[in-house]
Amino acid sequence: MNINATLIGQIITFAIFVWFCMKFVWPYLLTAMQEREKKIADGLDAANRAERDLELAQEKAASQLHESKAKAAEIIEQANKRANQIIDEAKEAARTEGARLVAAAQAEVEQEANRAKEELRKQVSELAVAGAAKILGKSVDPAAHSELLNKLADEL
Amino acid sequence: MAGNSQEYISHHLTNLTYGKLPAGYVRHNADGTESELTEATWTMAHTKQEAADMGFMAVNVDTLGWSFGLGALLMFLFWRAAKKASTDVPSGFQNFVEMIVEFIDNTVKEAFHGRNPLIAPLAMTIFTWVFMMNFMDLIPVDVLPTIFGAMGVHYMKVVPSTDVNITFGLSLTVFAMMIFYSIKVKGIGGFMGELTLQPFSAKNPVVQAIFIPINLILESVALIAKPISLALRLFGNMYAGEMIFILIALMFSAGAALAIMGGVLQWAWAVFHILVITLQAFIFMMLTIVYLSMSHEDH
Repeated sequence: MNINATLIGQIITFAIFVWFCMKFVWPYLLTAMQEREKKIADGLDAANRAERDLELAQEKAASQLHESKAKAAEIIEQANKRANQIIDEAKEAARTEGARLVAAAQAEVEQEANRAKEELRKQVSELAVAGAAKILGKSVDPAAHSELLNKLADEL
Repeated sequence: MAGNSQEYISHHLTNLTYGKLPAGYVRHNADGTESELTEATWTMAHTKQEAADMGFMAVNVDTLGWSFGLGALLMFLFWRAAKKASTDVPSGFQNFVEMIVEFIDNTVKEAFHGRNPLIAPLAMTIFTWVFMMNFMDLIPVDVLPTIFGAMGVHYMKVVPSTDVNITFGLSLTVFAMMIFYSIKVKGIGGFMGELTLQPFSAKNPVVQAIFIPINLILESVALIAKPISLALRLFGNMYAGEMIFILIALMFSAGAALAIMGGVLQWAWAVFHILVITLQAFIFMMLTIVYLSMSHEDH
């Protein structure tokens, strides 16, 4: 219970510790804590922002998906239309070509027939001359009777 | 038994004191012989009487040593925590220190209405240090004195806050800061005005002149009572607490039944004391903050 120099010692010790605490402990801890607080606040902020961004992105993605679906449907429709058109065109072309071929074939057949007729007519007139010669017993001059012969050939 | 008990208690309440004994002082040695000092000597006191006779030029090595040791330990731990402090996720001890810092910071913000970077570290030092000094009370009273006794140290008072020198050392420093900041913030005139012009004041200059000495007496008493009550409150609580621990410890040597009862009491008192030591540390810190806040406030 004696008051003695311990008092002075304690005062000095106290002063040293308070100074030490003020110089080397308190500011570092407090700064770190405040910075961490700020960091956490920033983090939460960023998270909120990210959430909002995500929502926006999702909305955008949904709308884009919708749009592209519509576009795809349109393209398919167009393609179908085009395909039908191509088929129709092909059909039309085939039909025309067929008709043309038939017409050409008919023309050729006719020509052939005409040529055969002409040939036949010639041969008939020759046969007629020959026949007539036999019948008359003498030769018939084709030149002298050409008019007659031509008339015959025409009649055939 | 009675003599033994008295000796036991007295032994527990004696500081290990190093100081100066005057020339011609007669020392009573342990073996019953007496020796007279031929010249003034710096030495360890062998008895309570010698410690008292050393006067002011003596140091209670045990309480001051424990006080310094505990404070140094605290500051080392805090310093390490402060060095590692970063914005990353804190863990373990770091977390614990930050919890204390936050608690102190909030308390100071609530109670101290000024701007002074000294107050918060001061409050932290007081709270943690006083708590640690009080905490020594929870170590069973005979453990450390027995260990030191085995090493040849006769007296060992391990709870620094049961030494008035320690508590007054704290409270007088706080008192000096109160005076310093009062004068710094309000000026000498303002401080003197605070001491002399209230609580009684009058418009009439003559009446005011009569009031001045009355006010001075009242305010001086109020001012001086602050550090004294601050120191004695802590000292009284811890001294009484330790005294009860010592008395309970006496029961251990008084038969099996009393020893068991003593064990129960010891446990119960220790549990209660956890509350007391924390509360006393908190009160000391809180009043320091409030007193310093008052010195910062200008009327």
